Amino acid sequence: MSRPTAYLNARLVDPASGYDGPGAVMIAGGVIADLAHVPGFGSLSADVDVIDTGGALLIPGLIDIRVKTGEPGSEPKETLKSAALAAAAGGVTTIVVQPDTNPVMDEPSVVDFILRRARDIELVNVYPAGAATKGGLGQRMAEIGLMHEAGCLYVTDADRPIVDSKVLRRVLSYAKAFGVPVAHRPADPWLSAGAVASEGEFAARMGLPSVPAIAERIMLERDLALVELTGAPFIVDQITTAAAMESLKRGLDRGLPVTATTSINHLSFNEIDIGDYRTFCKVDPPLRSEDDRQAVIDAVASGLIQVIVSAHSPAPAEDKRLPYDEAAPGAVGLQTLLAALLAFHHEGRIPLIDLIRTVTSAPAKLLGLPGGRLATGTPADLVLCDLNAPVVIQADKLISKSKNSPFDGRRLQGKVLRTVVGGRTVYSA
Amino acid sequence: MTPPGLNEVLQRTFSFPKKHFLSATDLNEVEVANLLDLADGFVSLNRQTAKKLDLLKGRTLMNLFFENSTRTQSSFELAGKRLGADVVNMSPRSSAMSKGETLIDTAVTLNAMQPDLLVVRHASSGAASLLSQKVGCSVVNAGDGQHEHPTQALLDALSMRRAFGHIAGLKIAICGDVLHSRVARSNIAMLQMLGANVRLVGPPTLIPVAAERWNVEVFHDMREGIAGCDVVMMLRLQLERMDGVMAPSQREYFRFYGLDREKLALAAPHVRVMHPGPMNRGVEIDSEVADDLTVSLIQDQVEMGVAARMAVLTSLAARLDNDR
Repeated sequence: MSRPTAYLNARLVDPASGYDGPGAVMIAGGVIADLAHVPGFGSLSADVDVIDTGGALLIPGLIDIRVKTGEPGSEPKETLKSAALAAAAGGVTTIVVQPDTNPVMDEPSVVDFILRRARDIELVNVYPAGAATKGGLGQRMAEIGLMHEAGCLYVTDADRPIVDSKVLRRVLSYAKAFGVPVAHRPADPWLSAGAVASEGEFAARMGLPSVPAIAERIMLERDLALVELTGAPFIVDQITTAAAMESLKRGLDRGLPVTATTSINHLSFNEIDIGDYRTFCKVDPPLRSEDDRQAVIDAVASGLIQVIVSAHSPAPAEDKRLPYDEAAPGAVGLQTLLAALLAFHHEGRIPLIDLIRTVTSAPAKLLGLPGGRLATGTPADLVLCDLNAPVVIQADKLISKSKNSPFDGRRLQGKVLRTVVGGRTVYSA
Repeated sequence: MTPPGLNEVLQRTFSFPKKHFLSATDLNEVEVANLLDLADGFVSLNRQTAKKLDLLKGRTLMNLFFENSTRTQSSFELAGKRLGADVVNMSPRSSAMSKGETLIDTAVTLNAMQPDLLVVRHASSGAASLLSQKVGCSVVNAGDGQHEHPTQALLDALSMRRAFGHIAGLKIAICGDVLHSRVARSNIAMLQMLGANVRLVGPPTLIPVAAERWNVEVFHDMREGIAGCDVVMMLRLQLERMDGVMAPSQREYFRFYGLDREKLALAAPHVRVMHPGPMNRGVEIDSEVADDLTVSLIQDQVEMGVAARMAVLTSLAARLDNDR
């Protein structure tokens, strides 16, 4: 058992309790043993290690519920270990990995494999999301009950929409019996077939096959109708358009058990960032218009969107150095998530505590996780961060095995100083 | 020799007031009680060496099975023969017939052969009722689609009444594929009429949407659902529905909704287990449970089937005119 550690003289921001102010945190036995809303604890016994944070930001470790690695099946892209290292460096203490691996995580033994690997790596908390359908093919229900028992937190077919409404309906009602949320990507499959960009003047000028923004709303309307029918807990996997936001708002106003996520990419970039066919900006769903991006930021600010994800999706250079429509979609984001998020605080656009909520207490509440807050007795998953330190993102310096970051070259503010998982320091700058 | 108990029932003045036997919901408590008494008498008869009576002498029973069924068809055939009827089995291949009009054409053709009793099984809900409107004889529903299978409910009630001495007050869990089950629908109606407390257990994908409004409790957790129950009635789940369609897989279904010793231990100590057959062993029911004669009523159900159908045929025939 390691010695107790006291973090003194910090600025605590804890969205779960609504506290933003001076404080100190004592860690012992892997959990938060004590909390003070003043800079110190008074007298401390000699067996406590003391860290004076010098006023740094101390927040719950980030929870990122949409992460892809390449393990199992595509380890050259990213392993669980390289993803966990990137997460630790980014202040992310919990990741939920997506099921579209090879083999697909559609039965309990793959869930078990991920959990065993995570235990061996012993860096950050890793939870699996199981496939909603066998092979992620959208046709037949996967072993949702057995995967849930094995430890998967929610089910999803990741990037691939479940086209057959009857299948999604059955998945929703079946998963509901086990209390398992279902995440689904709102994208009309026919309108988005073959598209690599958002329909509009820019895509037209660039000559890229494109999808109208309304494709998102069309599928979301169907999904919300099925949620209404089944009453099943539902996660909108990345809402990115203004048009869909109206549907989301109506669904939430009617009291549907829905939580919407968006990705840091869609908050930070618009279609123009594709520029001269920069494939690092090719993500799925494609980057949207500036109006859409503003609508997404507003929706986070208003609480319509409750969870922000990195949508970490490693793609090695050989998959990106291709003509735009042939290049793999996806962007790495674990290591840059916090700094990219803080940009909205520095711009004065969204209050700091609200931003932090979207990556801590909100996802913890959604998935029933013990962390995501600063409270005695909860796991000591923490991030110490210099809120104002300038950083320049250099993609080739990222820890991920794949370096496909659209943030390459971007100047941000916010530097992770230390990441603590279960009381253990897993990263320090 | 007619067993004395049977004689007593046969001499009662009550007569079955209906021409057809189509649905458990058509019946009332008195009718069911009389049918059960009569069936009870036939059980004794069936256990004698001399099983044959002449209650249906001269009558023609036609088994019209559009859907294959070995056990129900032979059960009706034996019932008819033991009562002295002439029995004809017809299995029109459904592929040769399209539904609707041609079903009626078949009925009209058969009707011209002057049967007295027509036993019908068909894959479409409501088919037996439709036939009954087009023929002059009595029609017995031996299973119409996902609607009803009333003689199964009667034989199940008989099995339970013989095992417990009564049905009123029994706590009965009907488990599995209720959505597609005509057995479940008939049983729910009849058992509730007889005063039992019925609950349904299954994944939400296999429980009909408005089931709560049938005055039953619905459970998606089988352990909760069968806790303290006197009877656990398992339903058959077609294997092809279990491969990711209505349930993810056979192993997941067995894990959460299959009846094994562990789950059964949560039921009442005197619990009896039922299954309409044919069983998927190791999928919806563990062989260890199915074959344990101290808890399983499954063999009794088959025996009761013949007696219950004899009771239905006798009651209907007693009402038929002699000259039509």
